[in-house]
Amino acid sequence: MNPRLLPYVLILPVTLFLCLFFLYPFVLVAQQAFSNGSGFTMSNFRDVTEHWKFPISLKNTFLLALAVVPIQLALSLLMATMVTKMKKGRDLILYVWTIPLGISDLAAGIIWLAIFEQSGFLNSMMGGLGLIDSPTNFLSYTSPVMVFVAIMLAEIWRATAIMLVILVAGIGLIPKEYYEAGEVFGATPWQRFLKITLPMLRPSLQTALVLRVILAFEVFAVVQALGGTLFPVLMGETYAYQFELLNGGAAAAIALIILAISITFTLIIMRALRVPKGATI
Amino acid sequence: MAVIEIKNVAKRFGEYQALHDINLTIADQEFMVLLGASGCGKSTLLRIICGLETATEGEIWIGGKRVDHLAPKDRGISMVFQNYAVFPHLTVFENIGFGLRMQKMSNDDVKRRVERTAGLMHIEQLLTRYSGELSGGQRQRVAVARALAMEPDVILMDEPLSNLDALLRMEMRAELKGVLAESNTTAIYVTHDQVEAMSMADRISVMHEGKIVQAASPIEVYRNPAAEFVAGFIGNPPMNFLEATPQGGGKFSVAGHSFDGPSAANSNLQFAIRPEDMTLAENGFPAVAKVVEPLGAHLLVTCELDGKLFRAILDSEMQVKPGETLKLAPVKDRIRWFDPETTLAVA
Repeated sequence: MNPRLLPYVLILPVTLFLCLFFLYPFVLVAQQAFSNGSGFTMSNFRDVTEHWKFPISLKNTFLLALAVVPIQLALSLLMATMVTKMKKGRDLILYVWTIPLGISDLAAGIIWLAIFEQSGFLNSMMGGLGLIDSPTNFLSYTSPVMVFVAIMLAEIWRATAIMLVILVAGIGLIPKEYYEAGEVFGATPWQRFLKITLPMLRPSLQTALVLRVILAFEVFAVVQALGGTLFPVLMGETYAYQFELLNGGAAAAIALIILAISITFTLIIMRALRVPKGATI
Repeated sequence: MAVIEIKNVAKRFGEYQALHDINLTIADQEFMVLLGASGCGKSTLLRIICGLETATEGEIWIGGKRVDHLAPKDRGISMVFQNYAVFPHLTVFENIGFGLRMQKMSNDDVKRRVERTAGLMHIEQLLTRYSGELSGGQRQRVAVARALAMEPDVILMDEPLSNLDALLRMEMRAELKGVLAESNTTAIYVTHDQVEAMSMADRISVMHEGKIVQAASPIEVYRNPAAEFVAGFIGNPPMNFLEATPQGGGKFSVAGHSFDGPSAANSNLQFAIRPEDMTLAENGFPAVAKVVEPLGAHLLVTCELDGKLFRAILDSEMQVKPGETLKLAPVKDRIRWFDPETTLAVA
């Protein structure tokens, strides 16, 4: 076989698969979003954006992403640095920390619901310690902050590991000699982190952040389990349009809006963390 | 001004003893080369002086100050790494200025120092480039410039030229020696390349199995090896050895010939001679040529003598064929003697 063709032949199956199960449905969804059965229209977009719940769910989605992702970034960097420094038991710790990765997001939501609900662990523990007289309902409409905090905690618990894994791999690729050079030339551990680890980790940070931010805009099951209708988010609205209001066109329109937001943020992150021209990392 | 004193330094990695009781004083502005095969402990010793590794026992003094409890940056040293460790995410300018920035030096001062050291290493035109855009030799220059920019008392180099090709290595060798001599720093240079060591060093410390076997000037190490190991390590090809048995009265029998040896010794010794110190003479050792290698400048003949391989370097004009018997005689005052018990030189 012509060696110049071989690479293309090798990626052909995957390309076909993606076209069939991703690109084609995507075109269908786009079609659905921009049509009302007779021709091109923006009415689906108008309908969903003019609905009173849209600004709230948009705000909630952004708020949650804004609250969760920076904490996860800091946490995963800290955890990755710690794991890298470990000599023994490193793999074990990494396995334990990545357990939440193996749990579906709905299951994660339910686990945290079991903690926060009125008959949950938190209430019985506080009751057992004599801190409260009677169980309180943390997740009610009277305590929106508590609902938000519960969702935040669940999201951080559930989805920090994906960033951690990427960053651990990235840090492992940085040659030790750079740190030794940093030490010899007077960089403190904190300076070595800022001046060597972070810049050299840029490609991994890009991947981790893009992945995490996209997932944050698609947040659904955890919110559904803990907040229900108290905390509407964009993906929840998509679900509601599709399966409760049976309005496929509107659901497709919201899905495309989420996609647009995701693409925008991906581009922003790629640009912000780009490697300077000429530098090779 | 920085004299370096290494006092009773030992290093153990678990069961493995990497360094045994090292004692070495390096004079101010001296160029000291630590020479040895890989695994002899030379890099470990350098890393201990640098502070990247801590000694299990012993003390390091630099400029009259005990430093073994200090961080590398407080020792007045800087270092050139084997793989350069030029930061790929910084420009050449920022690489050279890295240590100065860490000292919070003002922008103007950083600029002045970086430009001056870049000038010394002839890389002024590369200051805005990134390391990925440089050749190996240029990266090497950046690494040296970065070390010099610190204006250290001591500059440590860990096989800095080993990643360069042969021609470039020769060029850099001379240049590096010149630059370091001008910078008035004390230098410790680790290498396994004896040509590098011979050509650059004021003094060479030959290391073997975690010990310093000999610390002396290159010519002394070459002419008067302190131990069999040094004699067999330095020189390409190294010294030849033959068995010597005492005949009394300071005379020794070597392959059927009698030589004046150390008068005090009265046991079997090793007779040692450099290949280039052999001449053709009627009363020489009969040696059967096995391999003849014309090397241009001279002729390297590997012979069999007294049941052992024996190398001689002869004039390139000589016509020698394998199988021919040569009469080889040593230059008398170049003969060295070693005690097989202690492996040390006997005079």
